[in-house]
Amino acid sequence: MYVAVKGGERAIENAHRLLADERRGDRTLPSITLEQIAGQLSLAVDRVMAEGSLFDRDLAALAVKQARGDLIEAIFLIRAYRTTLPRFGATHPIETAAMRVRRRISATFKDLPGGQLLGPTFDYTHRLLDPDLAGDPDLPAPALRPELPTAMPRVTDLLGNEGLIEADPAETGEPVGDLTREPLSFPADRDLRLQGLARGDEGYLLALAYSTQRGYGRTHPFVGEIRMGEVEVEIDVPELGFSVVIGRITVTECQMVNQFKGSAKAPPAFTRGYGLAFGHQERKAMSMALVDRSLRAGELGEDRTAPAQDEEFVLSHCDNVQSTGFVEHLKLPHYVDFQAELDLVRRMRTEVAEKREAAE
Amino acid sequence: MNALPPTAATVAHDTPAYNFAYLDEQTKRMIRRAILKGIAIPGYQVPFASREMPMPYGWGTGGVQVTAAVLGPDDVLKVIDQGADDTTNAVAIRGFFRKTAGVRTTTHTAEATVIQTRHRIPEAPLAEHQILVYQVPIPEPLRFLEPRETETRTMHALEEYGLMHVKLYEDIARHGHIATTYAYPVKVDGRYIMDPSPTPKFDNPKMHRSKALQLFGAGREKRIYAIPPHTDVVSLDFEDHPFKVQTFAQPCALCAAEGVYLDEVLLDDKGGRMFVCSDTDNCEERRAAGHRGALAGDDISRKDRS
Amino acid sequence: MTAVTSAAFDGGFRQPVFDAQTTFRAIMDALARPGRRVICRPLATAPAPMSPLMAAVALTLVDPETPVWLDGALAASADVRGWFAFQTGAPMVDQPADAAFAFVVDPARMPPLSAFAQGTPEYPDRSTTLVVSAESVEDTGAVFTGPGIETSVLFDTRPAIPAFAEQWQANRALFPRGVDLLFVAADAIVGLPRSSRLRTG
Repeated sequence: MYVAVKGGERAIENAHRLLADERRGDRTLPSITLEQIAGQLSLAVDRVMAEGSLFDRDLAALAVKQARGDLIEAIFLIRAYRTTLPRFGATHPIETAAMRVRRRISATFKDLPGGQLLGPTFDYTHRLLDPDLAGDPDLPAPALRPELPTAMPRVTDLLGNEGLIEADPAETGEPVGDLTREPLSFPADRDLRLQGLARGDEGYLLALAYSTQRGYGRTHPFVGEIRMGEVEVEIDVPELGFSVVIGRITVTECQMVNQFKGSAKAPPAFTRGYGLAFGHQERKAMSMALVDRSLRAGELGEDRTAPAQDEEFVLSHCDNVQSTGFVEHLKLPHYVDFQAELDLVRRMRTEVAEKREAAE
Repeated sequence: MNALPPTAATVAHDTPAYNFAYLDEQTKRMIRRAILKGIAIPGYQVPFASREMPMPYGWGTGGVQVTAAVLGPDDVLKVIDQGADDTTNAVAIRGFFRKTAGVRTTTHTAEATVIQTRHRIPEAPLAEHQILVYQVPIPEPLRFLEPRETETRTMHALEEYGLMHVKLYEDIARHGHIATTYAYPVKVDGRYIMDPSPTPKFDNPKMHRSKALQLFGAGREKRIYAIPPHTDVVSLDFEDHPFKVQTFAQPCALCAAEGVYLDEVLLDDKGGRMFVCSDTDNCEERRAAGHRGALAGDDISRKDRS
Repeated sequence: MTAVTSAAFDGGFRQPVFDAQTTFRAIMDALARPGRRVICRPLATAPAPMSPLMAAVALTLVDPETPVWLDGALAASADVRGWFAFQTGAPMVDQPADAAFAFVVDPARMPPLSAFAQGTPEYPDRSTTLVVSAESVEDTGAVFTGPGIETSVLFDTRPAIPAFAEQWQANRALFPRGVDLLFVAADAIVGLPRSSRLRTG
């Protein structure tokens, strides 16, 4: 007699125990601490905060640990937690010109007010595996400025003073959209596009950005500036009648300076692409800035021919929590639909065979 | 401002207190409003601000959000996947609601007031007081003909469905059949073309004038739609190629049911196979009532396949 | 207009989660089965002239994301406006066409259905849902057919909406655009979604 597969509940429970067991690994080794993850795998934690849309290093570290280092899984954990949080209000826009800058580079000027500040970067490291890091080597202390600069003009402001770059869009007073509260519809405004990109998968944005450099919607970019450091987050407290600083967050900002536009009415000026990410996320901020600029094709009167210029394509597929869910759902049982297809294919093959026989 | 995000320490030590049926009340209201619009405009996909759920997109987040928005403490919930109550995804979702809403669950179709399903409609006709909630992966029936939402939205607005008929007719020209066997498009109340979710087309006739309210949730695609009770749901077809459902050459090997949807089970690698009911509850009830299929005879009942 | 009294702060759901769910199921049932009297015990109260059941419907559906329009009789009461502000946080709008929900206690003097938001061909859901007081609901009068109705259903509400038959036919002619109605009696809700057809002759 045929015995149907039963006991799903027990099987699931045991699978989860196995998962927990493998996550813990060798019990003779100490369990990795959240402080170690947040401190020593800080870029993984930054990515989880950025794409998880929640600035909380401790929670992101916990998510990385729980996800066994699978960052998309960790991002998913953070998102699922974030969505249950009550909203108290919206902060003021952060002021990146007042950032306590830890890194700032410009590719457009050799030197500029505030200077070039390399900060902690992989750039110019020789990518040679360092066997010393297998242990815990003594490190020479880095040389630090006595005081981090707190007011450094942005390159785009310097260009803007001369009218060489398009002005930042004027403050409209309109509330900023939130695609986690209102379903996205197309065409989407730039606020929603930037939100989508900021939450978007780093790898996906990197590939799209790369495609624009190779001619699929070329925008002739220069890195006006990348800066990374801490900014203050301010919120209005209606009970007090003024705003208060509720904390400091680390962000990376990238301002791309792109090919100029001009018309009979407006003299030529460079255009902007903007990227901003939680934490130290340079690749993400740069990719975001390139894609942001590409998505402005319509607004700037350029032909929309390339994937990176297609906002519906870009925004519908940039969220890795969505895409991983749907790709991975294919492993769920589909045997009912497969049975329907099997039946049709068998029937059509029989018909073909019958026709062939009849013809012979 | 005292409720700042918790730190790892508080998360690690506090048991999070979730609302009844997990969703917060603001989210439930938003989903409920979308459900009402869906009912008022049968077959029209209402955009809603789908939330991130503690389960992956594509695994029933839309159905779960709809169920969470309608479910009350007096409801009795049944969850099926592929027609079966014991498939892993059905087990996981049922467990989710038992944990977050404490509702009574059942595997008996007749006992349930809310039935969440993936890929099947129960064989037994549903009753007036029942609500059938479908998990929907791709709600847009025109999506595989036209990937752009901006285009398909206009096509629905203008009731411009020629493309769908062309696609079905091309199938006939190429294969001699309409090659769509599941997620077979339907027209609701003579207006909107709708995706019935990936149910086999075998189930399409069950949607027509059903006594139960049918609600559809697509979480990742952020759409909710509905078919009120007693509503015309017509599968698209052509005069010379009328809509036909699948038929099976043999009855269920366990309960001998005919005219039901069967799963094919491979028994060995030499072509041995059997066909058994996809609707496990229907099959069990028939067997309890004394129906016996070819492979359920008492004489072999003690012989375990393992 | 008068000043807000403490009445604005009274009358919310005792058990917000369960009371909203109970009321929602009645509303959903009413819209899914047009013309049918769906019994619903009022689980909230609001200042007059808003009825307890209308208050419960408002608490179930309305919040800061839904612009609300009140008819003259409701808008004249500072307590009613205060109740909406305190209990729901819904923004009030002056134009019926800007409302996601409209509350009407004086149907005889309400604006035409066409004055409310009708939705667009692409987004017909962006329309107003009208919640209208009914002193009585009779199973006589006009005959409706359509989704949710097995064969046909008769019903009539008092006080009547002026020229309702003509207005409803015009509303149905706009389908899928158009408004949806929820008639609220003392202990019952009757739904009339835009999909319902008024049988003539």
